[in-house]
Amino acid sequence: MSIFVDDDTRVIVQGITGGEGKFHAEQMIEYGTNVVGGAVPGKGGQEVAGVPVYDTVDEAVDAEDADASVIFVPPAFAADAIFEALDTDLDLAVAITEGVPTQDMAKVNKRLSETDTRLLGPNCPGIITPGESKLGILPGNIFTDGNVGLVSRSGTLTYQVVDSLTNRGIGQTTAVGIGGDPIIGTSFIDALSAFEDDEETDAVVMCGEIGGEDEEQAAKFIGEHMDTPVAGFIAGRTAPPGKRMGHAGAIVSGSGTGTAESKINALNDAGVPVGDTPEEIADHVEDFL
Amino acid sequence: MPMKLHEYQAKEIFADAGIPVPDSRLAESVEEVLDAVDEIGYPAAVKAQVHVGGRGKAGGIKIAGDREEAEQYAEEILGMDLKGYTVDRVLVEAGVDFVDELYVGVTMDRGEGQPVLMVSTEGGVDIEEVAAESPDAIAREHVDPAFGLHPYQARKVVYEAGVDDDVALDVASILSTLYDLYEDSDASEIEVNPVMITSDRDVVAADAVMNIDEDALFRQPELSELAEESYEDDLERKAGEYGFDYVRLSGNVGIIGNGAGLVMTTLDLVDHYGGSPANFLDIGGGAKAERVANALDMVFSDENVDAVVFNIFGGITRGDEVAKGINEALEQFDEIPKKVVVRLAGTNAEEGMEILNADLVEVEETLEDAVQRAVANAQEVAQ
Repeated sequence: MSIFVDDDTRVIVQGITGGEGKFHAEQMIEYGTNVVGGAVPGKGGQEVAGVPVYDTVDEAVDAEDADASVIFVPPAFAADAIFEALDTDLDLAVAITEGVPTQDMAKVNKRLSETDTRLLGPNCPGIITPGESKLGILPGNIFTDGNVGLVSRSGTLTYQVVDSLTNRGIGQTTAVGIGGDPIIGTSFIDALSAFEDDEETDAVVMCGEIGGEDEEQAAKFIGEHMDTPVAGFIAGRTAPPGKRMGHAGAIVSGSGTGTAESKINALNDAGVPVGDTPEEIADHVEDFL
Repeated sequence: MPMKLHEYQAKEIFADAGIPVPDSRLAESVEEVLDAVDEIGYPAAVKAQVHVGGRGKAGGIKIAGDREEAEQYAEEILGMDLKGYTVDRVLVEAGVDFVDELYVGVTMDRGEGQPVLMVSTEGGVDIEEVAAESPDAIAREHVDPAFGLHPYQARKVVYEAGVDDDVALDVASILSTLYDLYEDSDASEIEVNPVMITSDRDVVAADAVMNIDEDALFRQPELSELAEESYEDDLERKAGEYGFDYVRLSGNVGIIGNGAGLVMTTLDLVDHYGGSPANFLDIGGGAKAERVANALDMVFSDENVDAVVFNIFGGITRGDEVAKGINEALEQFDEIPKKVVVRLAGTNAEEGMEILNADLVEVEETLEDAVQRAVANAQEVAQ
């Protein structure tokens, strides 16, 4: 079992003719992902990474019976690419693109609320169900099949934590990168809720960071709705107010909202132990299992 | 980092859009301040142009009643250190005879994923305190970004806030214009605190905060040019040129890594192990050797840095490229200026370790060990 993707997921890649799109389409195929096609305007009829390219997402989805799309499209065109994905009946769109203007995402967010498609990202590393399917840029070799779910706003922090888990022989059901932008599709709560319903997931790791109130809301959800134990981590404890720490979403506002302290307290109040270091997260997970 | 415009830049944009602002001149010397007050008259405000909140309280805004005071305040404020920033420019502005102050703002409500208009009759004070202590004193109206602002929404929120009837429509009109600016210029935030109501019942934007979404600068060429004027720190300017996400902090351990979350975590670990971070520097995904070398150059040029930790967990970033960049950056020195601890994991880490010139750096296998060693190195130098 897993959440959101498995080895039946049929994947197209938007932007497959670009450098990153092609490289990661090949990497995904090598990992075993069922990549069935690509979509790039004006490039229909070509073949890249061994799969056919179509001019529109609609054509690609129809012809290849795809369920999911991974979007590698430059920031200026990313919102348009997401709209195009949302206007088909895909189950899942994964937007890898970093640097999508926030006001574009506000418009996407509005459309998203009217469709049944799940959006992951933007500015996310993607999602992986180890041994089955990888949609995105995560390095497949550090993951191993197991019973711990992971949801994170940061890509490389995910790798760090997964590496600690894997080194201790703790595998993962699914790892989900939800992205570091202020406005994103899938939230912590969406992923946590799916892990709670997943029979094979026996524990969950949630890696948050400063900025916004998503972690606080997730903590409330965990306290009220989850039986599966959750271990937490919050990056950015030492970040000063008013300074954006890389991710567009990672900023403590002057009024003190979005601080690491507020998030850690909320998680602790919900019974979630929060690690001081990435290794301590793995300690907590070991205690759960 | 959102790109912050200076007050004088934002006010020019406001004035061009038809929002009433006080008559003002930008001045960089005492002479220019005196020329400005001669034209504007008294009272005149002398306002430091730096990106620091609470300028007034910190002594960066003074009201001059005559020429002598104007000269005195110009001398005081020009060149003064305001929370770590040196004041190079002041805005000299006609004093407004006001009877009331309002707060008006447009920003993105992250939780709702929609822009929100905000109006309060408790203007002229720290609005964040108002928000914390009496949230009901701020009226809010969300805007559907697909439709944009309906003019009635601006009127509705102004009336809801309890703005006096005789000026309400003028305030609503300013708010509508601010929303248009917010959309057209890809702002992340526009705030006027205060909007002043004069004794003649005119409405004037007496202050202006305007921050632009950095991710949208590619389609805002005119605002990108203003960004050049808005850097206030040589290192931040350099980071802008190199295209790094960089934040300068006050400690002595230089930090370089890939990915915002992991770099933040490295900062936190430096603190956890008793050190103090000098900076946040994210080289981003897929960095090639040259970018890696630039990152080291950045951190070396910060004189507060006593030791460096370089932490890479490669996904899209390749360990061999990182190692090449580190070698390139360090081989040009006869003596390495600051000890560098390197930890490489993930994609091509093994190849990277083979390439890395171990005579030039200290290598650790885990993040925790690398951070502890760098903290120890920094403490040794600082002693």
